[in-house]
Amino acid sequence: MTLSADEWTAVRLSLWVAATATLASLPVGIAAAYALARGRFPGRALLDGFLHLPLVLPPVVTGYLLLLAFGRRGPVGAALEACCGIVFSFRWTRAALAAAVMAFPLMVRAIRLSLEAVDRRLEDAAGTLGAPPVAVFATVTLPLALPGVVAGMILAFAKALGEFGATITFVSAIPGETLTLPAAIYAQTQVPGGDAGALRLSAVAIAVALLAVVLSEILTRRVAGPGRLT
Amino acid sequence: MIEVSARHRQGSFTLDVAFATDAPVVALFGPSGSGKTTLLHVVAGLIRPQSGRVRVGGRLLTDTESGLHVKPHRRRIGYVFQDGRLFPHLSVRRNLAYGRLFAGPEEQFARFDDVVALLGLGALLDRRPATLSGGEKQRVAIGRALLAAPRLLRMDEPLASLDAARRAETLPYIERLRDEIRVPILYVSHARDEVDRLAREVVRLEDGRRA
Repeated sequence: MTLSADEWTAVRLSLWVAATATLASLPVGIAAAYALARGRFPGRALLDGFLHLPLVLPPVVTGYLLLLAFGRRGPVGAALEACCGIVFSFRWTRAALAAAVMAFPLMVRAIRLSLEAVDRRLEDAAGTLGAPPVAVFATVTLPLALPGVVAGMILAFAKALGEFGATITFVSAIPGETLTLPAAIYAQTQVPGGDAGALRLSAVAIAVALLAVVLSEILTRRVAGPGRLT
Repeated sequence: MIEVSARHRQGSFTLDVAFATDAPVVALFGPSGSGKTTLLHVVAGLIRPQSGRVRVGGRLLTDTESGLHVKPHRRRIGYVFQDGRLFPHLSVRRNLAYGRLFAGPEEQFARFDDVVALLGLGALLDRRPATLSGGEKQRVAIGRALLAAPRLLRMDEPLASLDAARRAETLPYIERLRDEIRVPILYVSHARDEVDRLAREVVRLEDGRRA
């Protein structure tokens, strides 16, 4: 099975967009998961619901909202540019943004579960040894939650890789820029004789997704493994 | 050297205790509701007594007369918990060294190698906590607390989760600790034999007062 040059471009772009989306949203994901796992603040349930929205909304709606918010005149796009000079100028970065938003709930969920599984008494013990809260988080909480963090990243990566509806609504499907794997598969199914290409790309998608789920499963099991408390 | 005097009213309960001792181990004894926890909270700085003072090793930690109240995390009280609470993701060596990251070098009175020798941990350094026996875990927990340079070592039923054989095996290490290290130990236990063996000074609480 060999992929054509265009198909390779779509696969490469997809991997790149998904990896960027995953890594860029990781710090935010950890912060959100920590807030949900440990925070006691008003509006926590609301935040929880809001973060889960992309999971339950039709992806097209999410994509359309992104288009409204981050468009040339969009309020969020303009504000980000004004305050921090962040401009989603390349189309592929916008594709990554759409993928990140869609994958975010999965990432947060996995990290949150692993944070909740961390034995708080170990954190207390670290505190009695003189560790300030930031150090407790860095040396005890995060390492103990690490398998869940990795699992969350893998799930988010797989989700980002498969993201279609929001991406195509937000940034369309331009070859080499925003034509990701799922969009390429869809395009192939729309042209006569595109079946072979669609099948090849589907095989790639299945392989990557399967790998991600198996890896995530193994790592999640390690979180729940023995030796949590000694 | 530990000196504690505290009067503290909480609802209908009044704690009124005073003791001062040079004994290396002070045993704290008493049924639940006797004020043991309240007293420990006063020492730890979690409760500010209505009147009283806490002095450990010549250093004043609480003095209501002058309004002094050192914050709990700055009191440098080392804890040995009943359940050990070793960090499962770190080797014994790194568990032991954990507190050294946060204590100033001038505060560290115990050398790593000395503590390892004192508690017989040499052969365990590269192992993970999950592979240790209960007694070994408690010895590592004691070493870890010591190496964080505490002013006072508080041990809460440190042997209660061990079987008789492991207890008998671990007790001598605590005796050596008492005899060779200058940190005062506040030892909380229900076990008469442990207390008899370890402590010259026993503070027995009943209804908020020494009995």
